[in-house]
Amino acid sequence: MTFKKTLLASVIGATLASTALLSTAAQAENTLRMAYDADPVSLDIHEQLSGGILQLSHMTHDPLVRWNDALEFEPRLASDWERIDDTTMRMSLREGVEFHSGNAFTADDVVWTIERLQRSPDFKAIFDPIESVTAVDDYTVEITTKTPYPLLLNLATYVFPMDSAFYSGEAEDGDPKDEIVKNGNSFASRNVSGTGPYTVADRQQGVRTEFERNPNYWDTESPGNVDNIILTPISENATRVAALLSGDVDFIAPVPPNDLERVRESEDAQLVTMSGTRIIFFHMNQERVEAFQDPRVRQAFAYAVNQEAIADRLMKGFATPAAQFSPEGYAGHIESLELRHDLERAKELMAEAGYEDGFDITMMAPNNRYVNDAKIAQAVAAMLARINVNVDLSTLPKAQYWGEYDDRAADMMLIGWHADTEDSANFHEYLTACPDPDTGAGQYNAGNYCNPELDALVAEANVEVDRAKRAAMLQEVEQTLYDEAAIIPLHWQDLAWASANHVNIEPVVNVMNFPYLGDLVMDAE
Amino acid sequence: MIAFLVKRLFHALLVMFVISIIAFAIQDNLGDPIQQMVGQSVPESERAELREELGLNDPFLVQYARFAVNAAQFDFGYSYVFNQPTTEVIARHLPATLELVAAATFLIITLSVPIGVYSAIKPRAWLSRFFMGVSIVGISIPVFLTAIMLIQLFAIGVSWTPFPVDTAWGSWLNGVISTEGGMPAYGRGDPVPVFGTWETNFASLEGLTYLVLPAVSLASIMLPLFIRLIRAEMLEVMQSDYVKFARAKGISMRRIYFLHALKNTMLPVITVGGVQIGTLVAYTILTETVFQWPGMGLMFLDAIERSDIPLIVTYLMIVGLIFVITNTIVDLIYGLVNPTIKLTGKPA
Repeated sequence: MTFKKTLLASVIGATLASTALLSTAAQAENTLRMAYDADPVSLDIHEQLSGGILQLSHMTHDPLVRWNDALEFEPRLASDWERIDDTTMRMSLREGVEFHSGNAFTADDVVWTIERLQRSPDFKAIFDPIESVTAVDDYTVEITTKTPYPLLLNLATYVFPMDSAFYSGEAEDGDPKDEIVKNGNSFASRNVSGTGPYTVADRQQGVRTEFERNPNYWDTESPGNVDNIILTPISENATRVAALLSGDVDFIAPVPPNDLERVRESEDAQLVTMSGTRIIFFHMNQERVEAFQDPRVRQAFAYAVNQEAIADRLMKGFATPAAQFSPEGYAGHIESLELRHDLERAKELMAEAGYEDGFDITMMAPNNRYVNDAKIAQAVAAMLARINVNVDLSTLPKAQYWGEYDDRAADMMLIGWHADTEDSANFHEYLTACPDPDTGAGQYNAGNYCNPELDALVAEANVEVDRAKRAAMLQEVEQTLYDEAAIIPLHWQDLAWASANHVNIEPVVNVMNFPYLGDLVMDAE
Repeated sequence: MIAFLVKRLFHALLVMFVISIIAFAIQDNLGDPIQQMVGQSVPESERAELREELGLNDPFLVQYARFAVNAAQFDFGYSYVFNQPTTEVIARHLPATLELVAAATFLIITLSVPIGVYSAIKPRAWLSRFFMGVSIVGISIPVFLTAIMLIQLFAIGVSWTPFPVDTAWGSWLNGVISTEGGMPAYGRGDPVPVFGTWETNFASLEGLTYLVLPAVSLASIMLPLFIRLIRAEMLEVMQSDYVKFARAKGISMRRIYFLHALKNTMLPVITVGGVQIGTLVAYTILTETVFQWPGMGLMFLDAIERSDIPLIVTYLMIVGLIFVITNTIVDLIYGLVNPTIKLTGKPA
């Protein structure tokens, strides 16, 4: 029992004496109290493709394979895999695994789960390459793709087998238990049965979720020793940090950049940061502004922007300056691409293109979506003023921003992008491919950049199973985008987590930002 | 009395009707709820389907009529985020807010009356000047700053060492100006269930510790105002003829202050105060955000962030209702305190 006595003097000058008795009963069990900025929107892991849902998935379920530190695949429920031919992969599944409900995990659950993913509005796009899944025997599945598909294992990181028996049949209200409802109260959004390290003991949405260690967890080699997790969403940055520093919670994410120093210097907390994979960049709309159709103007803009200054001063070092889409570790990443900040060169290029007197453009950015997003836009606007470009900037809350973004409402628009497949091709497909509403290509291409050769190259890379050849193709795409200055890349946003000293988060956090909490180790306080 | 209440009920309905129209009219500016519901790689065709399913493509009047018909049957729709009827979501968040407001109100009343009266009776005393000075500061500091200062001082703790640590007097002085922290910085802890959706923080000492900092920071907005109001009213009453006459009669000062003067001081305080307590419900948005207090204010801010339009509309209507109710109660109390006032407004 610890008794803390606090004398409270209220600001108004009136003195209030109060004795706070904070008691912590001696606990043999390890309880992790953690705070994220938001809690998962649902317990149905197929309802939304978002960071929050994936973080939940790694707690209550296990994927077939998962990424390790080096961005390689680590076997989980799939113990082994081999390609039989260009379009077929055979996976062996782990035996003796039980779901939370007690049902045994078999190949049928994998088939059922992938078929459900193909029905989910959010996941069906990325599972589109899959033709069929069949159970060869109880512990073997065969996945067939429509065309040779190199990213099948990347997709397997999204397959968290669900308990097909548990989710079959009808719920009390007569609706099928397996239905995926975006804005309703489905069975799957309230009940969960996976194979994961934790079960959901109690959930009050938006207030707290309590998890308990799965006593029958299959991975007996996992070092994890956390018995209970209490997840509280704390959306306010300052409060989340205060909760950690005051010892109310043991683990927080994300850590706001303004508080990084404070957490780092604190004796009671430790900070873990890592270069991230979310690229922050500007589109230059060639349809709205004729000048942007001239590559020299786009290059001039790219030369005018000083990524290092933004990363150092604005982001306080909490970002990695970028000259391309793909972060290190991705197939398309080109080590030799350099930042090209050079104001003189920018002015020359503007003069060559006949715009030495500059022109007027509009710019839009969100103001609560990415770290310092509005400030970044202001900084870029100021940098463009140096080449006589007059920027009319407006910043909007994210709820309003995306509507404007879909309307392509400004000449330059800021966006951040994380490739769902952890693969370079994804950047081009969504952000710089020739926009085509029918196929969904270039859905977020607010620059209207269009280079059919690149589209063809990416399409070719997407059926190339040889990893080295494929990487060469994607690097060529990245190089062309750089040479033509299709976009203005700024930086990859860093990731940060913080915890109390006795919680060893460093081994379990990763660049995808899905902490593997099943393996988390807590020391005695 | 009955006529008065019926009239007020009619007012409430009118207020809620007008609010619902306004809220509906601005919903296009609140952002696209679909964007919040789906992941980034969802194609436009899927989004269009979902939009159609939610009825977001219908003309304004059709959407409003559908809402109004359901609302008349107490069905305010489903929250997009919580996947539950909005009224249920609000019912779950309401007790937290009401408890916070009740705690703040308690602080305001127990502090403002004695301080206000004291500084009216002894306007020149140094303590009165101190109170007045501090209340100016209090009124001008925004509530979120107060809240963050309180968290730093009493939850995290501050250690200052301007005095030499190695001397006994120095470390004692350092201890006096430093704070240890330890108060909870966020949330409600483990409130005790009472009935239904009502869980209370008042039932245990631990629950109360969670309530202290948010309640103090919420009270800090209104407290200076109340102190100044009570002081001004009291000063005025002390100048009135009946007080002078009472003094001339030789009635003890204590009786004059607390029986005759205070009663008349409280009349305007009740009117202003009641309305202000109503607005406290609105002010909780800031306090609840900083302390992550799981009440209606925090819920509302989340709803705006996620474009949860049904929840936003229902919240606004219910806050409108709360305002009408508090005003009605204020009028009723006023009638009790001052029997010469007729509620229906007809001449006595």
